[in-house]
Amino acid sequence: MTSAVAIDIQDLSLTFQTADAPVTALSKVDLQVKNGEFVSLIGPSGCGKTTLMRVMADLVRPTSGSITVNGLSPAEARLARAYGYVFQAPALYAWRTVRRNLMLPLEIMGVPKAEREKRAAQYLAMVGLQDFAGKFPWQLSGGMQQRVSIARALSFEPKLLLMDEPFGALDEITRDHLNEQLLRLWEQTQKTVIFVTHSIPEAVFLSNRIVVMSPRPGRILQVIDSNLPAKRTLDVRETPAFLDIAHRVRQALRTGHSYE
Amino acid sequence: MTDVTLAATPSMALLARLREGRTLPVLAVSLILIIAWYVGAIGLNAGLVEQRLEHPTTAEFVAAAWSLDRPVLPAPHQVAIEFYTSVFEREMDSPRSLVYHAYVTGSATLVGFAFGTLLGILLALAIVRSRTLDRSLLPWIIASQTIPILAIAPMIIVVLGNLGLTGLLPKAVISMYLCFFPVAIGMVKGLRSPDPLQLDLMRTYSANPTQTFWKLRWPASMSFLFPSLKVAIAISLVGAIVGELPTGAQEGLGARLLSGSYYGQTVQIWSALLMAALLGMVLVAAVGFVERVVLRHMGGRP
Repeated sequence: MTSAVAIDIQDLSLTFQTADAPVTALSKVDLQVKNGEFVSLIGPSGCGKTTLMRVMADLVRPTSGSITVNGLSPAEARLARAYGYVFQAPALYAWRTVRRNLMLPLEIMGVPKAEREKRAAQYLAMVGLQDFAGKFPWQLSGGMQQRVSIARALSFEPKLLLMDEPFGALDEITRDHLNEQLLRLWEQTQKTVIFVTHSIPEAVFLSNRIVVMSPRPGRILQVIDSNLPAKRTLDVRETPAFLDIAHRVRQALRTGHSYE
Repeated sequence: MTDVTLAATPSMALLARLREGRTLPVLAVSLILIIAWYVGAIGLNAGLVEQRLEHPTTAEFVAAAWSLDRPVLPAPHQVAIEFYTSVFEREMDSPRSLVYHAYVTGSATLVGFAFGTLLGILLALAIVRSRTLDRSLLPWIIASQTIPILAIAPMIIVVLGNLGLTGLLPKAVISMYLCFFPVAIGMVKGLRSPDPLQLDLMRTYSANPTQTFWKLRWPASMSFLFPSLKVAIAISLVGAIVGELPTGAQEGLGARLLSGSYYGQTVQIWSALLMAALLGMVLVAAVGFVERVVLRHMGGRP
């Protein structure tokens, strides 16, 4: 089932029952993401951006409101393997080589062996790690491990990529490099990407749209469009257009903080 | 007791430790222990020597203390000679051969270890799978290990004997009774070791429970399984020896210990102990070898 809208969230709320008092993680969230868009969720810790992504992935259920992923409920979308999820940590399995880590989702989904081998080689090449196929995860740097985890999420060719602060634990130089690589990857594959981040430059550099969120209760403050040129490189960060958008994002985040 | 026996045989300790580059410290400790042993043999055997010799010189006294037929504590070289003759100078299938007794005890140990490992893994699976079983089984498993094995071993032998089961099987059952425990505890921990992220990953792939088990929980538990197996095989050997004591068995290292103590053959007891210690080392080393092969295959750091 294809539709122009990849994700449609309406009036979605989520309340966690904790020991002392219920915590409202998400309050009345409305968000539409079109196919092929790159949307970043940005906000301080506790603003519910990761929770919102976990709702899309059917890792948590909302308390109220409606959400569809590729026109399906999140549970149906998960069963249809409609999305690839990249976590904060690489979450590679230590006992599998890089190649076999890439083939893990394919094995689970019953892809034939020859096709598995082909896809593993193809997506490893896409993230530039073809020479590391036979290595085990501990033999790779943190940045390489995260590239493997991105390749793994791409390997079963989902239309939607959910990325939860994938570069959060990396140093800035590696992060810049991977940002540029991710942008090229997105241009090549034309996937829909939802990207959670703490970093304003990262969000502005990568996204079509930046969703600014605020904590207690987690909600969307503002959605900022970005129209930076296609095929941009890291140099774009010095341009007035980039700085202007970054400024607007910072302003929006500040509005959220004045509530405290 | 076992440790003393081990360290007191420098040649064996040397062989085992040589490749690990710890030869010198081990040799030094062995030397100290052997000296202590010789000195101890003089002290403990003094009474027996005094009954035999009147007004001996010091040299005669020491020589006698180290060469008594049935000493309280035999000197190391007496044990070594007895060990050598009963291992190398007897037919392998003779009841006077220590190799034969080691084979009898070793096979009960291995059968008990195999069943114990299987039982331990099955229990761990049940416990990890179901919260109810976690609460209801675990207290019983722990309670089972607080009963002294010496108390329960004769009952097991008698009950199984009444059912017509004798020989290897009752001993294996006692070994199993001891060695399922570390395996069960280690595997519960191992099967629960995957972190939430690794489990979430499986969920995003819509993996079914069988796939999550074989592709995540089982491989993740391997580094917990092997340390448990090393403990398990060592106590499995203890179980097999204990299982030989109440039956009046004619075969096995336990029977050898028992008959040695009936007839005051301390040299025989000590050489059987030495054999038990060596058997234990070989069994633990074998598990360690399998561990290294498996974990290397699974990308373990060298």
